[in-house]
Amino acid sequence: MNTDPVATHADLQLVTLDVNGEQHDVITEPRRTLVDVLRHELRLTGTHVGCEHGICGACTVLVDERPVRACLMFAAQAEGTCIRTVESLSEDGGGELNDLQRAFTEHHALQCGFCTPGFLMLAEGFLAERPEATKEEIREVVASNLCRCTGYQTIVEAIDACATARRGACAQRCESKEH
Amino acid sequence: MSDVPMNERKLVGKAVRRREDPRLLAGRGRFVDDIALPGMLHSQFVRSTVAHAELASVDVSAVREVPGVVAVFTAEDLQLGDIVAQLGRPLSEFVPTAMPILARDKVRYVGEPIAIVVARDAYAAEDGLEAAKVSYATLPPVMSEEAAFADGAPLVHVEAAHNTLVDVSLFATEGIDRIFDAAPCVVEVDARTGRQNALPLETRGAVAHWDDREEQLIVHTCTQIPHQVRTVASRCLRLDERAVRVVVPDMGGGFGQKCVVGREEIAAAAAALKLRRPVKWIEDRKDALSASFLAREQHYRARAAFDTEGRILALDADVVCDMGAYSCYPFTAGIEPLMASAEMPGVYKVPAYRVRGRAVTTNKAPTGPYRGVSRPQYVMVMERLFERAARELALDPVEIRRRNVITDFPYKGVNNITYDPGSYLESLNLCERLVKDEGWYEKQTAAAAEGRHIGIGYSCFSERTGYGSAAFAQRKMQVVPGFDISEVRMDTSGAVTFTTGTMNHGQSHETTMAQIVADELALDIGKVRLHQGDTDRITYGFGTFASRSITIGGSAVRLAAAKLGDKLRAIAASRWGVAPDEVELADGAARRRNTQDVLPYTEIADIAYLQAHLLPKDIEPGLSATATFDVFNDGTFSNATHACVVELHPGTGQVEILRYVCVEDCGVAINPQVVEGQCRGGIAQGIAGTLFEQVTYDAQGEPSATGFMDYKVPTAHEIPDVLIHHLETPCAFTETGAKGAGEGGTIGAPAAVLNAVNDALRPTGVELDHTPITPETVHRALNGAPSLESSS
Repeated sequence: MNTDPVATHADLQLVTLDVNGEQHDVITEPRRTLVDVLRHELRLTGTHVGCEHGICGACTVLVDERPVRACLMFAAQAEGTCIRTVESLSEDGGGELNDLQRAFTEHHALQCGFCTPGFLMLAEGFLAERPEATKEEIREVVASNLCRCTGYQTIVEAIDACATARRGACAQRCESKEH
Repeated sequence: MSDVPMNERKLVGKAVRRREDPRLLAGRGRFVDDIALPGMLHSQFVRSTVAHAELASVDVSAVREVPGVVAVFTAEDLQLGDIVAQLGRPLSEFVPTAMPILARDKVRYVGEPIAIVVARDAYAAEDGLEAAKVSYATLPPVMSEEAAFADGAPLVHVEAAHNTLVDVSLFATEGIDRIFDAAPCVVEVDARTGRQNALPLETRGAVAHWDDREEQLIVHTCTQIPHQVRTVASRCLRLDERAVRVVVPDMGGGFGQKCVVGREEIAAAAAALKLRRPVKWIEDRKDALSASFLAREQHYRARAAFDTEGRILALDADVVCDMGAYSCYPFTAGIEPLMASAEMPGVYKVPAYRVRGRAVTTNKAPTGPYRGVSRPQYVMVMERLFERAARELALDPVEIRRRNVITDFPYKGVNNITYDPGSYLESLNLCERLVKDEGWYEKQTAAAAEGRHIGIGYSCFSERTGYGSAAFAQRKMQVVPGFDISEVRMDTSGAVTFTTGTMNHGQSHETTMAQIVADELALDIGKVRLHQGDTDRITYGFGTFASRSITIGGSAVRLAAAKLGDKLRAIAASRWGVAPDEVELADGAARRRNTQDVLPYTEIADIAYLQAHLLPKDIEPGLSATATFDVFNDGTFSNATHACVVELHPGTGQVEILRYVCVEDCGVAINPQVVEGQCRGGIAQGIAGTLFEQVTYDAQGEPSATGFMDYKVPTAHEIPDVLIHHLETPCAFTETGAKGAGEGGTIGAPAAVLNAVNDALRPTGVELDHTPITPETVHRALNGAPSLESSS
């Protein structure tokens, strides 16, 4: 008897995903979106679903370090990529918040917290690409996602404060290398 | 108020970091869709594709054949009781209507649930929906106020003649017509506001399962009103209320939409009960936009009489609210017209008032509460009346408000409400000064010289918060929300757990209420933890809405903490053989005044629990205290003045907000950072409804917006930064001096934005009174079109 579920169920497929540095083998329907597999198969429920049509950005994750709407991508399409979710941000895997997360709490950049993981991953990806981003550029990027609670001002301020602090820390490191 | 003076408070009044944040930032929050139970099934709803029809047949046999589908239930299969929201008013004023959990004989809006499909996963449930065959005997849909009132109009509910669910005339000052006849200045406003979706980013949802050991149906659901959901679930399912437990996880916003009992959460619970397996329902965005509870579609015909000095003499308003297909529970279809009727005079000294408020039923998704409930609309209309009168009388728009705002408190209004002290005039003056200091009037003049269109608009308003039983009883609701209960418990480690019947969904109650308790008991905030949203752990509650949580819930919390403090003092006093008033609480310990004697809470708790033989006879073992709080007067009024500066772009018709200033007074701000967050978020939602968002329908009743491509939710690109200035007029009868702060931003924004747009349009002679203000309207106004606003 063939007990291989992929062989016996034509509608299932084996997908291997690299999420937060861990390899996961998932047997799933090809039509399942990346966000559903992350949330419901891998139980990484930090990534949220707000619209399922790519507008709100609550499901934003990093795919090869770039922000991606996980509701607009099938899990199968993410094979061979490195995926990062909000669960990867905390420095020791859940205890200590990273500098971006701390900036969010300091600036009261979240209320209900539902959109927050999407904004965090959006900002993580953007600041990695453009560490020198101005506040206006940050505002433009923040306009990619929807938040219904905050009015966005504090989200922009939190990301800007984090970017400024990172630049300061970077400059300090460069200086100390020179001496 | 409690006798601890404000200046001895350590945490109240401080921007304490939120207790909620670490888990939410780490992706470790637990929202309803995060719940996964063994053997859990997933459900979706077969929904009506037509707006108005008799249900000819519902054939779901093919649904059961779809791979992955486990069960499908129609109204006939489940035999549930209906949801009926009641007002204690005569039939001439209110017509009760039943909302079945699943449509039985008739459908009344596109998206109305007809059958629940239960499957192994959400994808298979969606597959199942495709196989349902529903035959409709269609009826002409009623899609507007005018169509609803028309002679011979089809009836949405046969029992409601003229499609009218509510028709109440709350006030009619004698001789008001004579005042209008004699007045030197009478201005009129005919204003319409668009239908809107409160739009929490987390859609509605539930996970229900039957627990054999507890003999309970456990319903995890994201609701603002856990106990009312329990009541309705038990009645619809014909269970003892004890046999239903409602548990609310983290919630991704609500804003009123989750403040009513949803049909789907009851249907999912019924399916779980029938199948004896966990059943999950997560609303998708299409259903959330088209078939959830909507709000705000109102029509005002208002006029006001003024003397030559600009003092208002009388106000006369006819308010019609389009409530869609059903009365929401517990508020009923009266929610919008009764709110508008009761409170429309607002911050102004209006000597004579007449109002008629009506709720009309149409073939649209039903109306529920939405942040501000009618106040964004009537404030907008009042502020339009004052602007118009200022123009007629050639007065400055701020000056005419100055002459009319209430300044002597308490003030008994023509609407029979007593207003507690506020800073109406101070906020108005300060807001104007902030705008002037930033040079906006000069910038406006300079821009005009360049042919640009900059406008400055104000709104001055108050917000009744802390509605107690007395205030809601006046509305004659059969469910009278009002009191709140809190229990505060200390364990042997000196840590405190306390409960509230309110239900946080972004408002930071885990932090702000903990600040109150920590101050009252002189504890570190880390030792204090809130429990909410579990009907088995909390005796009763009315949830979170109407900015009641800190005013009423927070007061109950403080009273219960104070009672527990009394007990801690009493036990310590008994150990020292002194009177309790010789004992004070500080730094987690009881201290004997003027001595070095200290008894840490851990030691008092040990006595209370583990060495109860040491307690005097009149002190019961254990360390817990319960208190209730209610408001027996007309509530407490927060107030604010908003100013908005806009520029209109003639090429695109875009309204760009250049500056937004808010001077607000919510009494003692428990946590000023949280208050600012509420202001900013509220203003963003107010702007959203004024410039961007609207739910529209075609003539057949098909909703135009089923996704965010068709329903424009503003982003960081459209929402401006907001300058906030706080004033503080403490409330005399809440236990913390706080007034509510949840809704003010949303209430003030539409008037400020609309007035600013009209100020910018001044050279064109055009005045707009409808929202949302579309780019098309602005474009036409700037380009000389005479008639701009369609009538719907």
